[in-house]
Amino acid sequence: MADTALDILSWILLLSGGAFGVMGGLGLIRFPDFYSRLHAAGVTDTLCALLIILGLIIQAGLSILTVKLALILLFLLFTAPTASHALARSALVDGITPKVGDHGKEGTSSNS
Amino acid sequence: METVLVLTTLLVFVTMMLALIRALRGPTIYDRILAVNVFGTKTVLVVALISLLKGHSDLVDVALVYALINFIAIVAVLKLVKMGDLGQAGEGDITDG
Repeated sequence: MADTALDILSWILLLSGGAFGVMGGLGLIRFPDFYSRLHAAGVTDTLCALLIILGLIIQAGLSILTVKLALILLFLLFTAPTASHALARSALVDGITPKVGDHGKEGTSSNS
Repeated sequence: METVLVLTTLLVFVTMMLALIRALRGPTIYDRILAVNVFGTKTVLVVALISLLKGHSDLVDVALVYALINFIAIVAVLKLVKMGDLGQAGEGDITDG
């Protein structure tokens, strides 16, 4: 009974992780400028890795494999935001300006 | 059980293909670096998934090392593109501030 519940939990985690990955990929293709693409890829990257590795940890049971998977998760959770930050910073310093629509201008957003 | 692992692997493969399209198409160099970063993270996930799918627990070590090398490679490529040199620091460097 408990085994079945854990199995179902890990299936949900694995499949939702894969679905988040595909969403991030679609955002990477469809979004209009670099910073929105960075947002789509950076956020879903962390979440997708978190969900998939958690599902795998539940599958693996308690062994040395679990510790290694947890280490991968730890490294990914530290390095993915750092890489995103470095990318955004160097793009901004390099002069790539964010694309801002009419809603971003001052004064126009309050009434309309 | 196997079905779910295979399905997840296929979903991650779809994501890798989309990232590859962006890497080939991307207008700026930073789009390409971002796509390669996503591709590398998804490679780590695929290796971990395959290691549990096939029962080769050694492959998890490969995924662990790949996660570290991927990060270092992204930062090194970023610095190389930005400064034109890996050794020198200067104005607008990715490591200052």
